[in-house]
Amino acid sequence: MSSREKILGAISTNKPALIELPVIDIKSTSSLAADWLDQFIKTLESIGGKVIQLSSIDLIKEEIQEAKNRGEYIVNTLPILGEVNNEINSTMEASLLETVDRAYIEGSMGVAENGSVWLYEHQIKNRLLPFICQHLVICLNVNKIVPNLHEAYKQIDVAKEGYGVFLAGPSKTADIEQSLVIGAHGARSLLVYLISE
Amino acid sequence: MNPKNFNRLFFVPIQGASLSHSAAAEIFNKDESRTDWHDETLWFVREKRDKAVRQIAEWEQLRSLGSSIKDHTLSNLDNYLAEFEKNAQANGIKVHWAFDAEEHNEIILKIIREQKVEQVVKSKSMLTEECHLNDFLAKRGVEVVDTDLGERIVQFRNEPPSHIVLPAIHLKKQDVSETFHEHLGTEKGNNDPQYLTEAARQHLRTKFIHSQLAITGVNFAIASTGGFVVCTNEGNADMGAHAAKIHIACMGIEKIIPNAEHLGVFLRLLARSATGQPITTYSSHFHQPRVGQQMHIIIVDNGRTKQLGRPDFRSSLKCIRCAACFNTCPVYRRSGGHSYHTAVAGPIGSILNPNLDMKANADLPFASTLCGSCSNVCPVKIDIHVQLYKWRQELVSEGYTASGKKVAMKGMAFVLSHPSIYRVAGKMGRWMMRAFPFIMNNKSLNPWYKQREMPEAPKQSFRDWYKKNKQ
Repeated sequence: MSSREKILGAISTNKPALIELPVIDIKSTSSLAADWLDQFIKTLESIGGKVIQLSSIDLIKEEIQEAKNRGEYIVNTLPILGEVNNEINSTMEASLLETVDRAYIEGSMGVAENGSVWLYEHQIKNRLLPFICQHLVICLNVNKIVPNLHEAYKQIDVAKEGYGVFLAGPSKTADIEQSLVIGAHGARSLLVYLISE
Repeated sequence: MNPKNFNRLFFVPIQGASLSHSAAAEIFNKDESRTDWHDETLWFVREKRDKAVRQIAEWEQLRSLGSSIKDHTLSNLDNYLAEFEKNAQANGIKVHWAFDAEEHNEIILKIIREQKVEQVVKSKSMLTEECHLNDFLAKRGVEVVDTDLGERIVQFRNEPPSHIVLPAIHLKKQDVSETFHEHLGTEKGNNDPQYLTEAARQHLRTKFIHSQLAITGVNFAIASTGGFVVCTNEGNADMGAHAAKIHIACMGIEKIIPNAEHLGVFLRLLARSATGQPITTYSSHFHQPRVGQQMHIIIVDNGRTKQLGRPDFRSSLKCIRCAACFNTCPVYRRSGGHSYHTAVAGPIGSILNPNLDMKANADLPFASTLCGSCSNVCPVKIDIHVQLYKWRQELVSEGYTASGKKVAMKGMAFVLSHPSIYRVAGKMGRWMMRAFPFIMNNKSLNPWYKQREMPEAPKQSFRDWYKKNKQ
């Protein structure tokens, strides 16, 4: 008998009688988008992220140009921000990605209760990019904020692409004496531009 | 009588481990200031959990949902696992089944050998700790690099993790500094956590970039979509899995949830219960291997189906490994994770491990005051303290406790059920404490005096006082 059969057989012998699956019926505490925005900003800042609200993307374009002039390796994945770095694809080697100083990525949705942003695989171009870059910038439409995770899961399709992530703040650890250190293995900083253009 | 034997006879159940929980805790307690520090550090984490929880008005509703979703899933586990397998395979993931730890380890070794892999990185997975994967592979010439900072620290020191979420919580920054000085060449005496973390970042980045195979755990596996979720704060699971050509994810059978909407409940509960964060920094959803990558999932039983067949203990399989029960437990905080001599320590470990090996872990259900704090903080409402109590009955009836303890318990039951004898015994006890305090305050003769002050003996019993004072 295969291990698969052994395990499934043992479960069917040992499991209890069928218990009903409950319905998730949690309402958000506020129905106002302004409250969600406020909570998203406060929460993300409390976990080490930075949030800037913008009514024009020109500022981001300038920022990218200035950094490039300084010789930094800036990766832009958003056509609206100008030239896109086409060298970033799903098969790019880690040793090359490791040299990225800052990456600009579009987010799908922000979650107010926990300050996270959902990223689909097509938005990050390469699964390693948001982790291996030294600094990460996410551009998010200010109208794409939902109150909680229940609402988020109603709107996203987790299986639509091969990979997706809720990303909440910069990489961090408290493994040494519970002292919070920002910049463990992933990005050292996270800046979210909330764009209302 | 040799004091050590006296202690063993009366207070320690028979067990197979090299040191029982109480014997190991005694060593841990020798350094009082360090024990106090350990206690306070974990209580600080418990307080962070409380603060986070109080911000969620529907917290109790979430706990009830989490508990019922898990109850339902366990009652239909075989069908959900089959559904998960079918969907994962359709996603291009190779699914393996392992009946026990050895089979799990052999599957990984086979993949390593077939693909001629030399560099392996691993993010935190308590299942691989439970299966002793690192030792197994090391004996066969394969080095595994643990990439979680806390796990890397304990790996350098040849120690197991002492906590499932905070693996190096038993160490002070001076200890980490010395370890890194020895292994990574950091400056001697530089104890700055920022500096030490940066050194680990640089060291592990080269490991990520050159690794050919990454092993991760699984926090949740979704039956209806055939995908799985891995949660980290450091980003090490993602760095490993996305850089390597092969990704192996290891999961116990109980990690299954029916649908993606259930993640909404569990991700809200997990990080708040664990560290007081609203969510972990990265909650990564894997559904297909990336182009040119191989993705494997190993579904492991290793005693879990047996536990499912124990009606009193099956709900322990609902655990989502947040460690809230560790941080709140007065015994864990003052005895340290290593005293539990198992991969999963703390209150939850004490109800899971007797199932794996009743003899070797017979001491663990006794490492509790049965205060119930663990059950109160559990995000999926496992009645941990009730199960600790039930394991004690089970272990006694199966003969896994020392005869001395049985005699002592029977003696106590006799005294407590005979009021006149109880009164005489009480009088004798109070007289002993007053007349011969050196006997009662002797650590060898009275193990209760260890780490405790004896109270001053009252002149009369409550019964006598009540008779005299009642109106």
